[in-house]
Amino acid sequence: MRLRLEARPAPSRAMRYLSPLVATALTVVAGFIVFSGLGREPLAAFHAFFVRPVSSLNGLAELVLKASPLMLIATGLAIGYRANVWNIGAEGQLILGAIFGGGLALAFPGAESRWFLVLMVLAGATGGLLWAAIPALLRNRFNTNEILVSLMLVYVATLLLSYLVHGPWRDPQGFNFPQSRMFADAALYPILAEPTRLNAGFLVALGAVACGWLFIERSFLGYQMRVAGLAEAAARYAGFSSGRTVWIGMLAGGAAAGIAGVGEVAGPIGQLTSSVSPGYGFAAIIVAFVGRLNPVGIVFASLLMSLLYLGGESAQMELRLPSAITGLFQGMLLFFLLGSDVLVHYRVRLLPRAPAPREEAAA
Amino acid sequence: MHMPSNFGKAIIGAALALALAGGAAAQQPLKIGFVYVTPIGSAGWTFQHELGRREMEKALGAKVATKHVENVAEGADAERVIRELATSGHTLVFTTSFGYMNPTIKVAKSFPKVAFEHATGYKRDTNVGTYNARFYEGRYLTGIVAGKMTKSNVAGYVAAFPIPEVLQGINAFTRGMRSVNPKAEVKVIWVNSWYDPGREREAATTLISQGADVIAQHTDSTAPVQAAEDKGVYAIGYHSDMSKFGPKAHLTASTHQWGAFYTKVAQDALAGKHKPSNLWGGIKDGMVKLAPINPVVPKEVQDMVAKAEADLRSGKLHAFAGPVKDQAGKVRVPAGKSMPDDQLAAMDYYVEGVQGQLPKK
Repeated sequence: MRLRLEARPAPSRAMRYLSPLVATALTVVAGFIVFSGLGREPLAAFHAFFVRPVSSLNGLAELVLKASPLMLIATGLAIGYRANVWNIGAEGQLILGAIFGGGLALAFPGAESRWFLVLMVLAGATGGLLWAAIPALLRNRFNTNEILVSLMLVYVATLLLSYLVHGPWRDPQGFNFPQSRMFADAALYPILAEPTRLNAGFLVALGAVACGWLFIERSFLGYQMRVAGLAEAAARYAGFSSGRTVWIGMLAGGAAAGIAGVGEVAGPIGQLTSSVSPGYGFAAIIVAFVGRLNPVGIVFASLLMSLLYLGGESAQMELRLPSAITGLFQGMLLFFLLGSDVLVHYRVRLLPRAPAPREEAAA
Repeated sequence: MHMPSNFGKAIIGAALALALAGGAAAQQPLKIGFVYVTPIGSAGWTFQHELGRREMEKALGAKVATKHVENVAEGADAERVIRELATSGHTLVFTTSFGYMNPTIKVAKSFPKVAFEHATGYKRDTNVGTYNARFYEGRYLTGIVAGKMTKSNVAGYVAAFPIPEVLQGINAFTRGMRSVNPKAEVKVIWVNSWYDPGREREAATTLISQGADVIAQHTDSTAPVQAAEDKGVYAIGYHSDMSKFGPKAHLTASTHQWGAFYTKVAQDALAGKHKPSNLWGGIKDGMVKLAPINPVVPKEVQDMVAKAEADLRSGKLHAFAGPVKDQAGKVRVPAGKSMPDDQLAAMDYYVEGVQGQLPKK
């Protein structure tokens, strides 16, 4: 008996949107087995992992706080991904956003105007945009691979930030430790709900997601980009510029990641340090796919991803499980999602054991 | 009891729980939280804190109940975890990485009844103490071993970032080496990361090819020790006893010992007389210890190390006793004096005997 995958002529549209739910359900089932295997009472473990983190006002605020950068970046990335523009370097663009926005905060420590924060957000967007422009330019000019270039620029960005906080931007009163001064109040997002940490950065993220939705679903340019992603030849025939598609795809992701970078340093961190993100730029890639490259789906996916982080911490405290439990659940979710997607697009055929003729195998 | 109006329900709840716990202190175990910056693993900075936690648990038994959260990124995540520990009734919280400083201070303001202890920072508050160890004292001793065991008179040093703590280590190691071998020199490679096995290994290999026959490190992985083992040279471990990663290469290691400190702080808290720490402990306090010395090191060298250790303990010896000259020959500490702590804490130069230039700011 052999298995063969055959492309379905018309993949079910409904199943395409249902597959994240199927994947979530399968993750829960597998989690049940994992918890039982580890000798933990599964229901109590699920409570600790998925319910306890959000069973207080503060927990909910933390959930949204952590989801904000994810939904923001994922929306920006989705614009590019829909057009087959693969920006993998959002983490680096986030760091550049933090450097530009944070640099402004450090340059004007006496700023008092509320508008100053707007400037910081614009500066952050510019930073992320410029960093994303490098792979876009190289792809359009020299046909380089934007996946590799954008990814490698993450490491450059990390070192640049490290240089700044160890060197010129180091807090002079900080005993030579690698971090900047704390930002002034005007350079910090106002808190939305005391005493939690939820701040206005969440509204910025929601606004960006709304803009992303309008662009993707309602604008002619967004339509062109979608066509470019589905059928490049057709897009060219229709006169849509593929160079412009690359530019818009990369810059949208860069600007969104840059704004997310400002959201971190002007939000819960409040200063520049050598690590401003625990990998949001990479996690957002998963979020974009779990959310079906659709801004509404992305909002839900970012909340789910955020819950996995919080749940992992809660599981460490309540169940004495190692931190690897977080990665385990994220990995299972992605695995089941990709698996469901394969089955949505392909049919599994059981074939008799007889080996196929060589020519056919080669074809 | 008056509570400021902007305090949340959770805080009032925690305060109530605390007040109740105060009445029943004899039965209730003291809940203690630990926050770790990396996974615990089997060697390194976090591993040593975990050993300290276990030692405390063993010493105090049912009187304490500890919880730890590992792999907590410095930055936005740290504050959430610290707050969660405080909210869930932990009245003593150890935050064990420098990057937790500002988050610890922020959370401490909302939990005046919870005692926080932050490792390696410099900000304190009415309920926030700091603790750190004089790692450089152990470095000086390992330098003596390296100085006696090197044949090429060159040691290699894999280092993370040029901050004072790391420079203290390089300089103390160099001074220890040259105290027994005036021809000894130290070459440094900066890997710009606290933990990057690939780059650490590469740096160690490069140093060996440049003639170093003892490799020391101020990074968190065991890669430099393993590289030395593979290349047939010696190594000096750091943070933990790394001998099982290079049984032939590993001469000794300067290790961190937090157990006695954690036990003492918890005992004080149990007795209701805890005060925020402000401790920079060394060999004398048992916070820095040498790992067992490899039998290839001759007896007289081991005796020499034991004597220096006793002198550091008694205060007769200081790793930076004058004259301390920097690379350019400038006298940083005159003869007859020892370097004061504020100068140590601001160290930003190489001493005589270290080769190469410090990365420019």
